[in-house]
Amino acid sequence: MRENIKLSLQGIWSHKMRSMLTMLGIIIGIASIIAIVSTITGNSEMIKESLIGSNNNVVTVSLYDGEWEYDMQYSSNPEGIMPLDSEFKDELEAIDTVDKVAFYNSREYSDNSIYRLDTSFTGGIYGVDDQYFGLYNYQVINGRALLQADYDNFRKVVILDNTAASSLFPGENPLGQVVEISGEPFTVVGIVSQTKSVELNINSVSDYYTYANTSSGKMFVTGAVWPMIYRFDEVQKIAVKAVDTDSMTKAGKAVEDAVNEKLGLTAESQYQFKSQDLLKQAEQLQAMSNSTNQQLIWIAGISLLVGGIGVMNIMLVTVTERTQEIGLKKAIGARKRMILGQFLTEAAVLTSFGGVLGVIFGIVTAKLLSKIMGIPTGLSIPSMIIAVLFSMCIGLIFGFLPARKAANLNPIDALRSE
Amino acid sequence: MILEMTDVCKDYFRGKIPVPVLKEINLKVEEGEYIAIMGPSGSGKTTLMNLVGCLDVPTSGTLKLNDVDVSTQTEDQLAKLRNSFIGFVFQQFHLLPEMDARDNVALPLLYAGVGLKERREKAEEALKMVGLEERIHFKPNQLSGGQCQRVAIARAVVGKPKLLLADEPTGALDTASGEQVMEIFSELNRQGITIVMITHEPSIAACANKIYHIRDGVLTADR
Repeated sequence: MRENIKLSLQGIWSHKMRSMLTMLGIIIGIASIIAIVSTITGNSEMIKESLIGSNNNVVTVSLYDGEWEYDMQYSSNPEGIMPLDSEFKDELEAIDTVDKVAFYNSREYSDNSIYRLDTSFTGGIYGVDDQYFGLYNYQVINGRALLQADYDNFRKVVILDNTAASSLFPGENPLGQVVEISGEPFTVVGIVSQTKSVELNINSVSDYYTYANTSSGKMFVTGAVWPMIYRFDEVQKIAVKAVDTDSMTKAGKAVEDAVNEKLGLTAESQYQFKSQDLLKQAEQLQAMSNSTNQQLIWIAGISLLVGGIGVMNIMLVTVTERTQEIGLKKAIGARKRMILGQFLTEAAVLTSFGGVLGVIFGIVTAKLLSKIMGIPTGLSIPSMIIAVLFSMCIGLIFGFLPARKAANLNPIDALRSE
Repeated sequence: MILEMTDVCKDYFRGKIPVPVLKEINLKVEEGEYIAIMGPSGSGKTTLMNLVGCLDVPTSGTLKLNDVDVSTQTEDQLAKLRNSFIGFVFQQFHLLPEMDARDNVALPLLYAGVGLKERREKAEEALKMVGLEERIHFKPNQLSGGQCQRVAIARAVVGKPKLLLADEPTGALDTASGEQVMEIFSELNRQGITIVMITHEPSIAACANKIYHIRDGVLTADR
């Protein structure tokens, strides 16, 4: 075996040009797979970071019907779930891992209920309390925030984020203008933006969609007027700001337990409040971005197939060229399986070598991509090992036919050929 | 009996028509004999050699090597026979160009499953026997024709075979190199190796103890 590997390496070295060309298909295939995988890994890391790291340590706790988040947009108020009051909010904020709590209602996708003149608004609308903006790091960049008087007097005022402002009022000053929400006129009083607006700020899967689909933004009204435009006593979501990143999960869990206890919900109930499992969400988001890239891997796989056929072709030529050598080896006592083994090893060594070169080339490509186009990349060691092993398998598979041809050569014919 | 051929025939097929190449060959070779088979080209002598070397099988008749009927042997058993019982020397040497002399000589031992160190020792020994101990790291293209043939002889005998088959061993060599090769053959025969040699040169055949002639597939002993 070791002899065979040594001989194969000698063979590859003595036919540098040919070996290189033979390996080219494998190299390109493996390199593109490695580059794609690196991009996927990098993307996943980025999503995870933006989901957990940069997001002001906020966890949302919301009502679930079994496994699924209860969607107020398409379902009626669940029976037996009482609204939460502001005294309860103080109780929640007393939990030591919890910094601040905000209650809010939302429609992540406003379904033809909001218009500015004839233009329908497709972003999200939020009925918020007075803590919401602070909790999510929104800052007023124009006009004003929501005032206590707005809550007390059920004023029909609305705050836009800058995306909503530019999508509904392109080139205009939105302040003082009117949008129609469920048939009610609301006056725009302020524009807000998130302080970390340069970074992706993803709180949930729906947020991801909003960003991914070039969001048309968010608008905010007081929680007080929410019943006017949607429903009375709609179950609210709870945004929990933890004291630090490490206690996010703990804080979410604590709030979840407190709310369930307060409302008398247990694990057996149909409905239950649950906090987002951030890691699980990160995985979901990663899976979404991965699925597109996985199609690319299939395409790269085809180039590997073509590479494999190239290897088979060259191996067949090699067998023909080395007919005499094979004949001699048989004459001096090499058994069939030894000849088979020799050529299989040669093919496998050739493609493994191609695989290694491909990995190196792929890493370089990934690095270049991230430099030039700013795509995040991450290197995954297991995928490199798999790539090399896989290219070895290609050698074994596509080398089999030529190797069998060599093993079956008749030694007389083989020795006779000049 | 090292080699015993009884009524061995060999036909080749040209299309569907059988062309007899060897006709009822009867040949007995005792251990320690040194025989030469002479014949013009096309007389079937190489075919005879291939049969004796287990590279080909007879159409009819029996061929026994060391009292074993080769037709009863499996392919792997034949490979083993070629590896340990028979040594081949060809007209064109058939050395592997990318290996040095020592590795070429050691090749049969590799197939016999001998370890690396022992292989090298034995190969060096065999090269010394043919007078090439200075050339063990030379590759075939750095050696003269005569030297190549001596490497090939070393390879043939490195596994201590009982029977050495030589097909025109001097056919590609000049007279001086040919004589050297013949001396080595005589020495090997003195050591007890049975030799069957094919040649068309009477002067070479004269080195053997016994000469046969083959013509149109019929083998006759020399008178």
